Amino acid sequence: MTESKRTELPKNWDLEKLEDGRLLLNMGPSHPAMHGIVRVLLTVQGERVVNSDVEIGYLHRGFEKTCENVTYNQCVPYTDRLNYVSPFINNVGYALAVEKLMGIETPSRCQYIRVIMSEISRITDHLTCIGANAMELSAFTVYFYLINAREALYRLGDSAAGGRITPAYTRVGGLTRDLPDDFKTNAAEAFKTVRKNLSDSDKMLTRNRIFYDRLHNTGHISKEDAISYSFTGPALRSTGVPLDVRKATPYLVYDRFDFDIPVGSNGDNYDRYLVRMGEIHQSMRIVEQALAQLPDGPVNHPDFNVILPPKEEVYGNIEALMAHFKLTFEGVKPPKGEVYQAVEGGNGELGFYIVSDGTGKPWRLRVRPPCFALTGALSQMIKGGYIADIVSTFGQINMIGGELER
Amino acid sequence: MNSYLLETIRTKFPDAVLETHAFRGDETAVIRKEALAGVASFLKAELGFDFLMDLTAADYLPRDPRFELVCHFYSSKHNYRLRLKCPVYSDDATVVSLTPLWAGANWFEREVYDMFGIKFEGHPDLRRILMYDGFEGHPLRKDYPLKKRQPRIPHRE
Repeated sequence: MTESKRTELPKNWDLEKLEDGRLLLNMGPSHPAMHGIVRVLLTVQGERVVNSDVEIGYLHRGFEKTCENVTYNQCVPYTDRLNYVSPFINNVGYALAVEKLMGIETPSRCQYIRVIMSEISRITDHLTCIGANAMELSAFTVYFYLINAREALYRLGDSAAGGRITPAYTRVGGLTRDLPDDFKTNAAEAFKTVRKNLSDSDKMLTRNRIFYDRLHNTGHISKEDAISYSFTGPALRSTGVPLDVRKATPYLVYDRFDFDIPVGSNGDNYDRYLVRMGEIHQSMRIVEQALAQLPDGPVNHPDFNVILPPKEEVYGNIEALMAHFKLTFEGVKPPKGEVYQAVEGGNGELGFYIVSDGTGKPWRLRVRPPCFALTGALSQMIKGGYIADIVSTFGQINMIGGELER
Repeated sequence: MNSYLLETIRTKFPDAVLETHAFRGDETAVIRKEALAGVASFLKAELGFDFLMDLTAADYLPRDPRFELVCHFYSSKHNYRLRLKCPVYSDDATVVSLTPLWAGANWFEREVYDMFGIKFEGHPDLRRILMYDGFEGHPLRKDYPLKKRQPRIPHRE
């Protein structure tokens, strides 16, 4: 290795100890078997990973800095781009955080719709994770099955929000629009596709010798380590900790539904896969219950200091016109204070910490991305394993660059 | 129950706790940064706060103390959340690292260092995490201009 190459390596990288047959290997930032842009610098002994350094930051767009300079409602489209396979959960989490800060509650119909859209997002998130993971382990058919199922759900979300991947569906105090009239029938139709494709994939993957061997006992993490690494979501539940924000501290109307929390026991990739498979079914159960219970009524908070008045009102009376102007230019103004609101994202606890100084822009907006903690432990999870197992571990961590680096 | 938790911390660390309050149900204790490691290990060992959910900071320019380190703890045993804040002065922007207590603090602290320039004593590997080597300044500081240009970094061979 020449001198000039040496200076490229991180400062803590100890090149001097490599004479014993170990090899430095660079995986990424753009690697065909890994979704997302992340660089893993590996020290390998034969095919075993001795040490690794995970380098992130390739998708940093300054989400938090940007949000400090726009009004509260203008942040909503940015939240879509955090976890872009489950955008509704980000929308909902952000709106809930601002509403908590303002001390308001949205109408019950709005809360139900938010639950429905969040759960649809959770399904798309898990479908993408499992599909991509299977594809990277060369089960390509499954990818198409699951992505077709995801497409059905994207269309469903599109029919409600007007956007497949970047819906920006929530507003502080409500939603952009109500569900379309045929949403219930369309949802039943879409779930039929999801159930069919999921059961086909389940038959092809779950008891498949190759798939099982690639996932079982790889990327193992113990319960204690997972807690110490701030794991949440399916990765934590795969170790046997039944922690789910929806059950532990129910937000919206999650306490009105009957659903289970699938947990694993082994803390390996296979358990993570099983937990995700189980959660898809539970999410569909929640959506079906929510659609059955869905109450009538308005979807927006009645106060025009919170949400834009309807257009007829704006053009019809001066108060609504003023409220429209003030909201558009100055934004909603929560009182001074700070809140932390956690929701259960596809990968785990998605937290929004907002500090308000009483103006229309957040003074500080922090996102607690669930996969940040998971990727932080990647180094430990792949240590001692084969190079090939990095792909399955990384796939089951389900790193989403937009959310990881914001 | 609410005030019970804050009361416990206040009686246990009478000198360290500067202020306690609860806003919208979020309980917060503001403590001196010198006591952070002690309070955090007490929370973990005695009060069952097993998760360090989040660790971040906020810049309150032009106030002095300028920064605030914000930790969110969660107890899965008691299903409880607590926010711990430490004021940090800009001329002494160093805080003790929580990595010995929670391995997850490692990356959270690297991000705070990267974004705010707060250093962590005892951190095993304090490097930039989202920005690259050669990036000038700390982007989430309030005096970092929104459209600042960065110097070109040398071309890599």
